[in-house]
Amino acid sequence: MILSGLIFLPIVFALIITIWPQRNTIRHLALGFSVLEFILSLSMLQNFDQNSAALQMVEKTMWIERFGISYFLGIDGISLMLIMLTTFLVPITILASWNSIEDKRKGFFAALFVLQAAMIGSFLAMDAILFYVFWELSLVPMYFMIGIWGGARKIYATIKFFIYTMSGSMLMLLAIIFMMRLTPEVTGGVISANLLDFYKLQIPFIAGDFFTAQTLLFFAFAIAFAIKVPLFPLHTWLPDAHVEAPTPGSVILAGVMLKMGTYCFLRWVIPLFPEAADHFAWLFIAVGVIGIIYGALVAMVQPDIKKLVAYSSVSHMGYIIVGLFVMNAYGVSGALYQMLNHGVSTGALFIMIGMIYERTHSREISKYGGLAAAMPLFTIGFVIVTLSSIAVPMTNGFVGEFLILLGSFQYSPWVAAVSVTGVVFGAAYMLWMVKRVFFGPAGEIVKHASHDKSHALIDLNFRELVVLAPLVFLIFWMGLLPNHFMDYSKASVDHLIKNKMNYSLTWKGEGN
Amino acid sequence: MLNHEVLIAILLLSPLIGFFINGLRFRSTNYVIAGSVATGAVAISFAASVVLFLQLIEASPENRRLGVTFFEWMSVGQFKVNAGFLVDQISGIMILIITGVGSLIHLFSIGYMHHDKGVTKYFSYLNLFIFNMLILVLGDSLLTMFVGWEGVGLCSYLLIGFWFSDSAKAAAGMKAFITNRIGDAAFILGMFILFFTFGTLNIQELNVLAPNVMEAGWLGAVTLGTLMLFIGATGKSAQIPLYVWLPDAMAGPTPVSALIHAATMVTAGVYMIVRLNPLFIIAPNTMMVISIIGAATAVLAATIGLTQYDIKKVLAYSTVSQLGYMFLAVGVGAFGAGMFHLMTHAFFKALMFLGSGSVIHGMHEEQDIRKMGGLKKYMPITHFTFLLGWLAIIGVPPLAGFFSKDEILWFAFSSPSGHWTLWLAGAIGAALTAFYMTRLMALTFWGPSRVDKKVHPHESGLSMTIPLIVLALLSVIGGWVGIPHVIGESLGHIPNLWEHWLEPVIRKLPVTGGAAAASDAATELLLMGISVVIAIGSASLAYWVYIIRPGSSEKIKNSIRPVYEFVNKKYLVDEAYSAAIINPIVQTSKSLWFYVDVNFIDKLTFKAVDVATGGGSFIRALQNGNMQQYAMYIGVGIVVVLSFVLMR
Repeated sequence: MILSGLIFLPIVFALIITIWPQRNTIRHLALGFSVLEFILSLSMLQNFDQNSAALQMVEKTMWIERFGISYFLGIDGISLMLIMLTTFLVPITILASWNSIEDKRKGFFAALFVLQAAMIGSFLAMDAILFYVFWELSLVPMYFMIGIWGGARKIYATIKFFIYTMSGSMLMLLAIIFMMRLTPEVTGGVISANLLDFYKLQIPFIAGDFFTAQTLLFFAFAIAFAIKVPLFPLHTWLPDAHVEAPTPGSVILAGVMLKMGTYCFLRWVIPLFPEAADHFAWLFIAVGVIGIIYGALVAMVQPDIKKLVAYSSVSHMGYIIVGLFVMNAYGVSGALYQMLNHGVSTGALFIMIGMIYERTHSREISKYGGLAAAMPLFTIGFVIVTLSSIAVPMTNGFVGEFLILLGSFQYSPWVAAVSVTGVVFGAAYMLWMVKRVFFGPAGEIVKHASHDKSHALIDLNFRELVVLAPLVFLIFWMGLLPNHFMDYSKASVDHLIKNKMNYSLTWKGEGN
Repeated sequence: MLNHEVLIAILLLSPLIGFFINGLRFRSTNYVIAGSVATGAVAISFAASVVLFLQLIEASPENRRLGVTFFEWMSVGQFKVNAGFLVDQISGIMILIITGVGSLIHLFSIGYMHHDKGVTKYFSYLNLFIFNMLILVLGDSLLTMFVGWEGVGLCSYLLIGFWFSDSAKAAAGMKAFITNRIGDAAFILGMFILFFTFGTLNIQELNVLAPNVMEAGWLGAVTLGTLMLFIGATGKSAQIPLYVWLPDAMAGPTPVSALIHAATMVTAGVYMIVRLNPLFIIAPNTMMVISIIGAATAVLAATIGLTQYDIKKVLAYSTVSQLGYMFLAVGVGAFGAGMFHLMTHAFFKALMFLGSGSVIHGMHEEQDIRKMGGLKKYMPITHFTFLLGWLAIIGVPPLAGFFSKDEILWFAFSSPSGHWTLWLAGAIGAALTAFYMTRLMALTFWGPSRVDKKVHPHESGLSMTIPLIVLALLSVIGGWVGIPHVIGESLGHIPNLWEHWLEPVIRKLPVTGGAAAASDAATELLLMGISVVIAIGSASLAYWVYIIRPGSSEKIKNSIRPVYEFVNKKYLVDEAYSAAIINPIVQTSKSLWFYVDVNFIDKLTFKAVDVATGGGSFIRALQNGNMQQYAMYIGVGIVVVLSFVLMR
């Protein structure tokens, strides 16, 4: 029941918030709820058996019998840490946006909890239709978050966000229905939307022929997820969505929602269509490598801090795709780890950009300069997060990036040789931005603040320190003792790598 | 006696704790507390290093390995790396240099930085640097070494840009980090090549697994792997083509230049190669590249050093040049000589940087040697210690630099992979070094004073002069541990302690005959004589130009004006890099953003949306609720279907 609890508790929270009478205490209530959810997820972690590659804590009931659709939840090493990331980031996000969401607070926190439920649902669902429902459900609150609490060009951004993600979803839905029609082969004549049944399908694959079932299905799913990741050249919705989204929206979007895309490559695309994935791995690796470099280069010339970080996400997500498609233990473990790293470090970056935006109402790099003298604590925090983002050893970013590069070298030294330039470009765009924002003589904003008392730049307050402390702590914890985290996914990753051509999942406590 | 595992822990943790103590109270301006904590932390490390070194000496030569594994860091599939550390003959020397010279520089910093508001932050960075540097030298695998390798780069970034309100200084820090990252990217690839060839990154295992045969060609795994690691070294140790960050790095406080950019961090590349000498030695092509780059850097940087007027810039180019000597040494297989010069250079160059710090301090932040002169009488201790450093670097016997530089020149000539051209380059470099160093002495300390009337130069306080005196002493006697056999024999069997100490961990070149024949005592003494004559001759020439005939330097300058300008502007290398690499990248990025993202992908998306909405509105127009029109559609439909059926 613990998994259902994780999904439905936030829904209950959302409902309570909508009927809560006192406006002033809503954020306290929301914070309390989200912490409760995090504690629940910790108890799930406690019960998780890290030596098993099987699905655990499974819940399964028939939902729509006629189409073989069931309410089927389960967790394994691949989804576990992503759930933890989600439940960890939400309370931090709420505390970070303590003062930034002024109007329609009720609606905002309700939307945030619905979003949390939907994201956790997509990570846990083991039934294609159930998964699809959660996947689509996650779009709605994000759509409103950007559309209602967003910036000046929010409508443009929401439309773009919606067009991109919906076109992906349509493709995916078609593919899911097609696959359900194939399932009688393996279930003895009954239609099924069970992912474990999908895994058993042997979908014909002919290497030279594009119009075969497996190739088409592979691309339908892969494109849907690639949009979410987002993978070059389907990435242009992301910078706009980020720039217009309110801080908590950006944090959740970058921190968790993008990982839904990469997670699904690992849960759906690679095990369901192993031959096609293998055959077209080069394509995705190529696009991933292009994304690494392209994202970094375009990030370098952005005038807006938030857009810069958004493009840096394109670059980081490129690494993850490369790691997944080289399909060896190093690449996949590194990619899985990098998903967590990116959630923590980019989440932290967006939070910090939000903090500074609350003070100055500007994100234009050229107007800054000399911020380090005005806000030393904030600067220390930002530099630490930057180090994680550019993968300096002893921070979490290094472990993920190094393993991905190691895996890509095993696939082909050339892939590693090209990807490794991202190490240089990454340092270049981040440090250049840090230099322009924090160092040098006082810029327009800092000067203005020193003249005008009402715009004074106040260093981090206690609440903000509490927000950043766990993130900074995690950056070093994950960088110094990665085994504490990787041990949870090791069995599942090994199982996937070893059996990727003939993947199957059992679940603990299953009768047979 | 303490267990070596505990000692290594103390050695590493003491500066880390110092970092945290000062880091957490970074706003404090109390330089006494900050300085004592930081200096004390490094002094404790130094004590631990000494005890560890004594334990090494006690052990028998084959067992001089004190290792410890604290925890397993990363473990995925075959790839396993521990947080493991190893003290052996090579890293034992390094920890002594780092913590010993490091303590002195910390002590010096108390005086130098006492008026700075960020003094506590400064000391916390300095401690963090020592911690990372120790990880670099002690790490028992290439990846652990890389952790320190990037860590020292980070500290260097923070310390170069320490006075970050100055845009140029912040930019210098950034340039250092990014240039180093280019090297680091290659270092990572080098690690991959070695890992997939030998299945491990553990240094000892790699050294054992290294085959005992030479690898011919360029594409062998060992050659490629070591070449990649060497590219990493050109970044960290400021060699061609990545040396450009080091002169800019002088933007940091002067003790930082002494510690990081002269004595310790920049020697990491040399150290790494010596550490992996069994691998490098079987890749003759890598070795050839290293020796050529080393020799070329030694000469190129020295020529630039001739033309600089900033006291720290002269020393910076001198450092680049001296590092070139070290690479020349390891490139011809003389790993011991490279390490030897690394140590003596740490003494005399740290001495001179601190001396320049003392001068800058006494001159109230003046760095231009044209505005100095005659400082000898105001700063007697600084002058005298600097003088010893000068004698050491130009190679006057029996000071430290003489022995180490001479050994390098000798091996460049006599080693099986040496060549007389390498020797010649080294000799030319030595002549240039003697010239620019004498020029520096003359313009700073000797001759008439050109000091501005408002400035009153003064000698520095004890916390600054004591380190100078100790380092000066070391610059004099530091070379005596490595007295070459030719001289040692004639003086009555003085052993070459250095060579003896390193012997068990250095793999010798398999003798191939040929050039090795040249190694006889007479030649060695002859070359030694030549290099001393060159140094003293060149120094005398400089003395003549700058002191005896003070106007002549201008005359010379004017007669070769274009060449002089070109060298003075550092051969326009920075400008070339900007024009050929950095600007094109920035321009390309801008066009990618503008043309691909904004004007292609987005436009295409909205075109597609238009088509979709267009299609939608066409269908919407059909459903207009007009019954007659619907009837007509039905009619047309029936006709179409019927005709289709009938035509078949």
